[in-house]
Amino acid sequence: MSKFKKKKDGELPPVSTASLPDIVFMLLFFFMTVTVMKDSEPLVDNELPKASETKKLEKKDRIVYIYVGKPTEKYQRVYGTEAKIQLNDKFANVSEVGDYVLEEIAKKPQEIQNAVTTSLKIDKNANMGIVMDIKEQLRKVNALKVNYTTYEGNAFDNLK
Amino acid sequence: MARRGGAPEVNAGSMADIAFLLLIFFLVTTTIETDAGLDRMLPPLEELDEQVLIKQRNIFEVQVSEDGQLLVEEELTPLTELKAKAVAFLDNGGAAQGSPNYCDYCKGERDPDSSDDPVKAIISLKNDRKTKYSVYVTVQNELVAAYNELRNREAKRLGYNMTFTEMDAEYSNQETPDDVKEKLKIRIKKIQDLFPMKLSEAETNKN
Repeated sequence: MSKFKKKKDGELPPVSTASLPDIVFMLLFFFMTVTVMKDSEPLVDNELPKASETKKLEKKDRIVYIYVGKPTEKYQRVYGTEAKIQLNDKFANVSEVGDYVLEEIAKKPQEIQNAVTTSLKIDKNANMGIVMDIKEQLRKVNALKVNYTTYEGNAFDNLK
Repeated sequence: MARRGGAPEVNAGSMADIAFLLLIFFLVTTTIETDAGLDRMLPPLEELDEQVLIKQRNIFEVQVSEDGQLLVEEELTPLTELKAKAVAFLDNGGAAQGSPNYCDYCKGERDPDSSDDPVKAIISLKNDRKTKYSVYVTVQNELVAAYNELRNREAKRLGYNMTFTEMDAEYSNQETPDDVKEKLKIRIKKIQDLFPMKLSEAETNKN
């Protein structure tokens, strides 16, 4: 009978740590999969305006990004405070936008090349002049699908 | 022989399975945040050979000045009223009954000095180079809102149990099955034909 005798009361069993590696791996995998790598360090301030009638940009593989905004503090001494265009991780002139977009489109698989959208991430304090120049460039290279990327919210908050 | 004292070891062999189960669960349910914004088509660069003359009454002129003030049809207008004015213009249906352009679904005032019918109505947006981008986006947003309001109304009238915006979102959702998409496409196209979005940012010729 003593074989099946219960342990003495009051003594805590040791917690098994055999599963700890699994838990750690699980967390690791989880973070590995949900983390989006920022492909470029932002060189410009990029506070987007708000809009309520937005559409989601699905299918990330067919989007080309263009950032516009005031250079961040670090770069203001060199580049001034006027809004600049950022393509990948360097500043660019308006005249380079067309070539950049064409280059990015050419990198994509053939079958989605004519479905590419250009996402314009433009700081809300930028002037329309630079935006109009970019649009002109995009028209020149026939990349006509654009998306004025915004945050979702009340559009009238922009005016404050 | 069983140990004396102390609890028996908990079997941890299935822990890995539980871990993988959780991992797969999170993988499936987590959606990475997607960007959203206002979709626009730019006009192609080629100039039209023949100059299309558009009647002044079919053009809804919106001008944004450099300090963010709004001139709608040559009238200073606060931004909050832009949507209502755009809706009134698009929905006007001014063409007389019996004429080929007569719009039988319009609920507007049928003012002969405003747009003939939604298919002909054009919104012309002009802005200064110094206009702030935030104001521009707000104006764009209000104009898109005007179109969406009318399109949603049509979706309801045609007896679809979804609004136009819902259908559009469903259509661009990757998880929507193909057969549903086909059906949605037809409906979306039908509504878009009733209220086509004609938002011009180029110079428009007036008559």
